Amino acid sequence: MDRVHKSFKVRALDPRSAIINERLKNAKRIFVVLGGKGGVGKSLIATMFSLMLAKRGHSVGLLDLDFHGLSCHIILGAKGMMPTEKKGIIPPEVHGIKLMSVAYYIGDEPLPLRGTEISDAFVELLAITRWGRIDYLIVDAPPGMGEEVLDIIRLMKRSEFLIVTTPSSLALKTVSRLTRLLLEAKVPILGVVENMRITETKLVEEYAKKSDIEYLGSVLFDYNLEECLGNPKKLLETKFARNIKNVARKIL
Amino acid sequence: MHEWALAEAVISAILTVAKEKGAKEITETKIKIGNLQQIEADILTTAFRELVKNTPLEKTEIKLEVEEAYLKCKVCGIEWNFKDAMSTLRGEESEAIHFVPELAHAFIRCPRCGSPDFEVTRGRGIWIEYIKVSK
Repeated sequence: MDRVHKSFKVRALDPRSAIINERLKNAKRIFVVLGGKGGVGKSLIATMFSLMLAKRGHSVGLLDLDFHGLSCHIILGAKGMMPTEKKGIIPPEVHGIKLMSVAYYIGDEPLPLRGTEISDAFVELLAITRWGRIDYLIVDAPPGMGEEVLDIIRLMKRSEFLIVTTPSSLALKTVSRLTRLLLEAKVPILGVVENMRITETKLVEEYAKKSDIEYLGSVLFDYNLEECLGNPKKLLETKFARNIKNVARKIL
Repeated sequence: MHEWALAEAVISAILTVAKEKGAKEITETKIKIGNLQQIEADILTTAFRELVKNTPLEKTEIKLEVEEAYLKCKVCGIEWNFKDAMSTLRGEESEAIHFVPELAHAFIRCPRCGSPDFEVTRGRGIWIEYIKVSK
């Protein structure tokens, strides 16, 4: 039988999305740390989780996707290191964590990106980063429901979401919208963490109950945390770390 | 080399599309490479040659074409060729753009008004222009 030869335009098909799941297939679990507002402690929680898991002997990857607020490298005190180029890029190990961040490349330069550019940078980074076999990939997402969060939902199929908020009605209002987005997207929500608690309050706990998501506990405001930034050993000895350990017990 | 990761992504995408279209054979494909990412065509070709072995793309003719990259300032509207900016970049800056083209915003400024707020109008990344198959 004769074959029909056919040519079709693929409308400038972007090949990168096709490889993302392949790049992530050897990560046993993917946790995405996100929140409605900035400054609620997402990066510190994502990094602390990574440090704890690495200390327990797990292989851990940490991906900083907050392009406008890159922080994980500062928290870990990563200096003078670069990813290795080998059929893609391999993130360097920082205190036992494979840390991937564009901060390696841009240093302290500002990175003014618009929406589609953020999405492109996200896809590029995921398409070329080779994590190898890891037990956990922790993703530090930027605040809100912008490009990065939508792309995580779209492209990182096995993600489990950990919501961070402060016990403030302002933060909770945005978390409420974010939670609805995640529920509508039918992605697994690990629960909500109440961070930087100063006074006794049931605000977050009641919100979690009302929204039918798990309340993972509270993390007290730690006045000594700032001086431990950049020093993972000291960070692991903080009150903050002890509180996070209780949260971790509920999801691991 | 980073080109290998991109070649792998291209092959994976072509195979996915060909499967969706029920293709028996993929006879030809054209890949376009934007100059912004400064992809080495030779390395990419080598990567393709190696990676298509024992895949349905083994006999496919893979055509490569480089597209010039142009940047356009969002503030003053001037458009310029990325080549003009390349000479001002340091080695590590050029390498950063090679990995993630959007990092150009950290190192390149509009030649007229100095703004970092520009868009890439042409020549970003790598994409598949067409795929020819037999059914």
